Amino acid sequence: MKKILVLFAHPKYEKSKVNTALIEHIRGKQNVTIHDLYEQYHDFHIDVKAEKELLQQHDIIIWHHPFYWYSCPPLLKQWIDMVLEFNWAYGPEGKALEGKICLNAITTGASKAMYCSAGINSFTVRQFLRPFEQTANLCNMTYFPPFAVMGTHRLTDDILEQSKIKYGKAIDLLQSNVTLDDFDQVSFLNDVSQLNTI
Amino acid sequence: MTGSLLFEAIMFLAGAILCVSIAKKLGLSSVIGYLLAGVLIGPYVFGFIGEEGDDILHFAEFGVVMMLFLIGLEIEPKNFWNMRKTILGMGGIQVGGTMLVAYILFTLLGFEFKVALVIAMAVALSSTAIAMQTIKEKGLMDTTFGTSAFSILLFQDIIVIFMLGFIPLLANPEHNTSADAHSNSVSLIQNLPMGFQTLAIILSVVIIIVAGRFLIVPMLRKVAKTGVRELLIAAAFLIVFGISFLMEFVGISPALGAFLGGVVLSNSEFKHELESTLEPFKNLLLGLFFMAVGASINFIVIAKSPFMIGGVLVAIIVIKALVLYITGVVFKLKLDQRLLLTFGLAQIGEFAFVLLSFAFGLNILEQEQMDMLLVITALSMSLTPIISIVNERVILPRMGTKESVQRPMDHIAKSQKIILVGFGHFGSTIGRFLRSHGVEATILDHDSNRVDFLRKMGFEVYYGDATRTDLLESAGIAEAKIVICATNKIGVSKAISKLVKEKYPHVELMIRTKNRYDAYELLNLGHTNIYRESLDTSLLLARDVLSKMGFRKYTLNRQIQNFKKYDEDSLRRLAQEPNRGESYIFKAREELKQQEEFLNEDFKRGVVDFDKHWDSEHIRKTLKKSKSYTL
Repeated sequence: MKKILVLFAHPKYEKSKVNTALIEHIRGKQNVTIHDLYEQYHDFHIDVKAEKELLQQHDIIIWHHPFYWYSCPPLLKQWIDMVLEFNWAYGPEGKALEGKICLNAITTGASKAMYCSAGINSFTVRQFLRPFEQTANLCNMTYFPPFAVMGTHRLTDDILEQSKIKYGKAIDLLQSNVTLDDFDQVSFLNDVSQLNTI
Repeated sequence: MTGSLLFEAIMFLAGAILCVSIAKKLGLSSVIGYLLAGVLIGPYVFGFIGEEGDDILHFAEFGVVMMLFLIGLEIEPKNFWNMRKTILGMGGIQVGGTMLVAYILFTLLGFEFKVALVIAMAVALSSTAIAMQTIKEKGLMDTTFGTSAFSILLFQDIIVIFMLGFIPLLANPEHNTSADAHSNSVSLIQNLPMGFQTLAIILSVVIIIVAGRFLIVPMLRKVAKTGVRELLIAAAFLIVFGISFLMEFVGISPALGAFLGGVVLSNSEFKHELESTLEPFKNLLLGLFFMAVGASINFIVIAKSPFMIGGVLVAIIVIKALVLYITGVVFKLKLDQRLLLTFGLAQIGEFAFVLLSFAFGLNILEQEQMDMLLVITALSMSLTPIISIVNERVILPRMGTKESVQRPMDHIAKSQKIILVGFGHFGSTIGRFLRSHGVEATILDHDSNRVDFLRKMGFEVYYGDATRTDLLESAGIAEAKIVICATNKIGVSKAISKLVKEKYPHVELMIRTKNRYDAYELLNLGHTNIYRESLDTSLLLARDVLSKMGFRKYTLNRQIQNFKKYDEDSLRRLAQEPNRGESYIFKAREELKQQEEFLNEDFKRGVVDFDKHWDSEHIRKTLKKSKSYTL
């Protein structure tokens, strides 16, 4: 069973209904570590050594964060800047993360319909996530499609309920031996058929 | 009338005050003022000071003694070692070169070889008193010229020991019995066989070093513990007088002994305290010394053979200047620095008085030769400030380069100096944190036990009462950038801050206060960097309490910043109210009420409401209101 590390970054977690639901739903799952960055590093003073050790103990890394200004909250960016060191994560000697799987789990205020060339945001979420994708590539990790809960500004309780169950299923799916080939046709993990069968 | 001690003292003081004020007004060095005062009140002009001039000179030598003690204090053996190349190199070239040329000159003038040798030694030495006084007055200590001059003078001060040990070897054995007749001081070594004299000198140096370590510093610690300030002054004098007496007893220069004593004590925590205690006395006594030099210019001797004396005087100054110039070239000094050095040290120094009378006592010199040389020495010293003025006003401006541009880089750190007052629990944390960033603060503390302990732990801590201007000055406040008052005594902080604000407005003050009432006082005195020790720690504690209650740490951290801002703002508003009286209480109540309201509002809103962007609930509410906007 694959070990999952959820790097959760939310500067105002206590006010986020959606993220609370998602995180609480997967908390306690076997072989899943939830690492709350804003709680751990409230002063932005990241313990790089500890973070590296944590990474090495896991097979799948999930960057779980709200999609703020088409990117992640500052502490997660800080984490990327500091932890993924040259010649450790990338560079000629940087093999520490080789072969691991990496993906984003995000929540967006705007709906999926607004993330397209015709929408208010002009580009798709996958396009905005390119920096993360390339970060994973540079570190020789396999980048999986993101799990996204979108349109949270107008999310109904029903859909929130479904979303958290789906997130739990996505975690289960990742822990079984899926490969990138299984996601050929989808741009979001949410669209994989296994998650949509009750 | 002239016999009265009081009258002479009045003449000296009045002369000094008058002449030095005039000299300063004309933009001249105070040394000129003193020398002129000496000439005026001396036996050859107004004659206020008569035959006792010799005694005065003797007494005034304490000025030189103290100066050398203080110079010694500034030389920590470590720095001394760092400077060894300049000291040995520049000093060696200067002394060796001058001696050689002077020896040839005086031999050609027909002096006997022993006499020529003694004169050459005396001539090679420059005046530490005059040069250092001038350098300090002009604030040139940190320039290349300053350090070069300092190195050379230091070398001379040391080489004098050997000269004094060497001169007895030149004495004519058949005259030795009559030596006692000349000498009127208690001298031990003159009765010893020659080899032993040298040995005795070395022995006394060793005694000073050992006593400094194991006798003087422990004594000072005991005295400091009593907390009686004048006892420390007494102790400082006891040290200087004691060393001087010992050296005089052995028969060598007391100034040298004092210099050594200073070096020995330079590593102790009492360095700054001794410095600031002796500094005012030193300056007055040096002034007295310069006046005595002025008074001892024997115009009768000059009148007897003016051309001979004038010629020799000019020759000596030219020789010294040339050798110094060459030294400057060898050590690649910039032209302006080289010229300052050339003219700054071209005089014969006060040690010449010592060496010449010593040789005279040993019958090497004759009365006439000695008189002439003493006059030349005094004249050359008097000429130095005048030559320097010519150099500065006529020669240097034509040379272009200004020294300030040429300052080496490593002085930047020095001019960014930080002084930390109070090294208790609060101050030591600051000091440790600064130090871990490579920022060394000069630390002053009033608890001699603590100072002692901390020095053992390797901190640079000095003992002293920081409310005294002189102590702050010797700790280098003139070049300081920041003064941190970390003491818990508000009275001390107030005194220091008042003093710093008045005299050194460029220095930034950072002050610790215990509570908001102390903070009010300091704010009202116009200080802005106030640190209430009760604020940060209590908020940290409150933060940790809330964290244990389940609030998120990042949120709490930001709330602390908010709270501090509220609180600092209200503190500043409240400080403007009169501290007592109804108005304050009214305002204070209002402020407290307002603060309560702030807190209440925060509470009602939920803890965090300062960043609406990260609050999806807020966005949702707004969107509900304007349904037309799509996001």
